[in-house]
Amino acid sequence: MSAAAFTTVIGLEVHVQLKTRTKLFCRCSTQFGAPPNTQTCEVCLGLPGSLPVMNRRAVELALRAAVALHCDIPTLTKWDRKNYYYPDLPKGYQISQYDLPLSRDGYLDLPDPQGAGTPRRVRILRAHLEEDAGKSMHDEVAGHADSRIDLNRAGTPLLEIVTQPDLRSPTEARFFLNELKLLLSYLDVSDCNMQEGSLRVDANVNLHLDTPRGRVATPIVEIKNMNSFRAVERALAYEAQRQGDEWRTTGRTLGEVPKQTRGWDDQAQVTRGQRHKEESSDYRYFPEPDLVPVTVRPEEVAAVRAALTALPATRRAQLVAHHGLDPYDADVLVNQGPALVDYFEQTVACGADARRASNWLQQDVLRTLNERGLTIQQLPVPAAGLAELLRSVAAGELETTRARQVFQRMVETGATVAAARQALGIVQVASEDLLELCRTLLAEHPHIVRDVRGGKTQALGALIGKARQRNPNVDPARVKAICSELIAAADTP
Amino acid sequence: MSLTRQDVEKVSLLARLQLPPAQLDAMTVHLARIVAYVEQLQELDTRDVPPLAHALDLENVLADDTLAPSLDREEALRNAPKRDVECYRVPAVLGGDF
Ligand SMILES: [Zn+2]
Repeated sequence: MSAAAFTTVIGLEVHVQLKTRTKLFCRCSTQFGAPPNTQTCEVCLGLPGSLPVMNRRAVELALRAAVALHCDIPTLTKWDRKNYYYPDLPKGYQISQYDLPLSRDGYLDLPDPQGAGTPRRVRILRAHLEEDAGKSMHDEVAGHADSRIDLNRAGTPLLEIVTQPDLRSPTEARFFLNELKLLLSYLDVSDCNMQEGSLRVDANVNLHLDTPRGRVATPIVEIKNMNSFRAVERALAYEAQRQGDEWRTTGRTLGEVPKQTRGWDDQAQVTRGQRHKEESSDYRYFPEPDLVPVTVRPEEVAAVRAALTALPATRRAQLVAHHGLDPYDADVLVNQGPALVDYFEQTVACGADARRASNWLQQDVLRTLNERGLTIQQLPVPAAGLAELLRSVAAGELETTRARQVFQRMVETGATVAAARQALGIVQVASEDLLELCRTLLAEHPHIVRDVRGGKTQALGALIGKARQRNPNVDPARVKAICSELIAAADTP
Repeated sequence: MSLTRQDVEKVSLLARLQLPPAQLDAMTVHLARIVAYVEQLQELDTRDVPPLAHALDLENVLADDTLAPSLDREEALRNAPKRDVECYRVPAVLGGDF
């Protein structure tokens, strides 16, 4: 198998927890991190005689995501029971959607990482609304091994988003996940936090190989247990390699072996075979008799579409078109989330130069947020304050190093630009005073004047340093300009 | 459609029922009779009948996303065959998430 003769074919199944206060079929809290088994009731424990009632908010959030993913929304959707036994599934079935999902046939466009060219379109097969299972924790104490079951998560609303097998490399899979996560966070439908399990990814992968006998495909493998987007990328790369090796050894192709499930071992950086997944018919799906269907009228879909806020792709395009940012910079800002883009736009609306504002946000502001663990909403410097500061820099009243100090002061004390400047003793040096200072320095350092006359203009640097020692508020660029002029003027007879 | 002994074996495995051979034979006969009974529906001409998603003529039964109290943990765990202070305990689950 030569390197060029195969294509990696990847499809993803992404589960995201929807941001509801309560569970999908009962009014227990979905809050993450509560003590085990303190957020359960008759319904989510599947006790006899209890009946589920669909959470309106969950349907709304799922619809919002489906519409943003350009999916078709059928007028009628219903729920089904997916039957299997597992200790974290109290009812013995999961309420999911089988043949009439909430949405299908959408797509997500991935921006070209180089910022140019046409986006890559990844088709979405379906996105449906289902309930989550509980959590099992392996526990080995005193020689006997048990699993401990926490059912707080059981019944939490999940949106399952299934892509077509349109992704062609592990890196592209990671790009897709980044873009999907960004979209969902702009939509405010999910926290998408992999550490807390509010976003989980399974991947289906195989290879299409060009052989002398024609094109063949290796058996499809489903990979589970990946706990970060990086892990997804690495697991897929490992699996593509492994399937290539296996194909060369066994020659086995798609259909000759049942679909296999493998788990990613992040420590060993390998995938390992898991037990056989039950065939789809083994789940014995049938309509959930305890829930009636949900209907969605076209006008409702139109209203959801109209209410969508600007999504990542739109905001990137706006930053480039309206503010003249490079696609790269626009991407960096948009990737930080909608609040940061809002902050940027407010800063520019308050009179800051767009590129300067973009640079400041990417450097000083983001660094401050990271160091202090703040969100942009918690930054003590309002957009108008940053704009005022950047206007001073643009007007030459404040050089960048000093502006940084002012910004830090504003962050630390919540002061205005004026108050921070005053506290730091930063006042603009009057022109006469600056001229006087330059004259004095030139008189005191004739050797520098000689050097400059001799063509060594870099000698002026020493003067700037001395000027700043005398008065930290002087603008180095102006000191340099004035000194040059004075020396030149003295030269002319 | 005729139901085979293998079908019943498979279904009982999926339902986590362990049937001794004699019962398996009896169950094959019983189940086949039930399936045949339901199969009578195939005789109906349903060409002009729109598919039905639910037996009740209801739709959009939705609840507000408003918190209600959950069960006290002691109460939730009360009937567990095996438990500790916080959790249900079950025989070791191997093979990771489903
Ligand atoms: Zn509950």
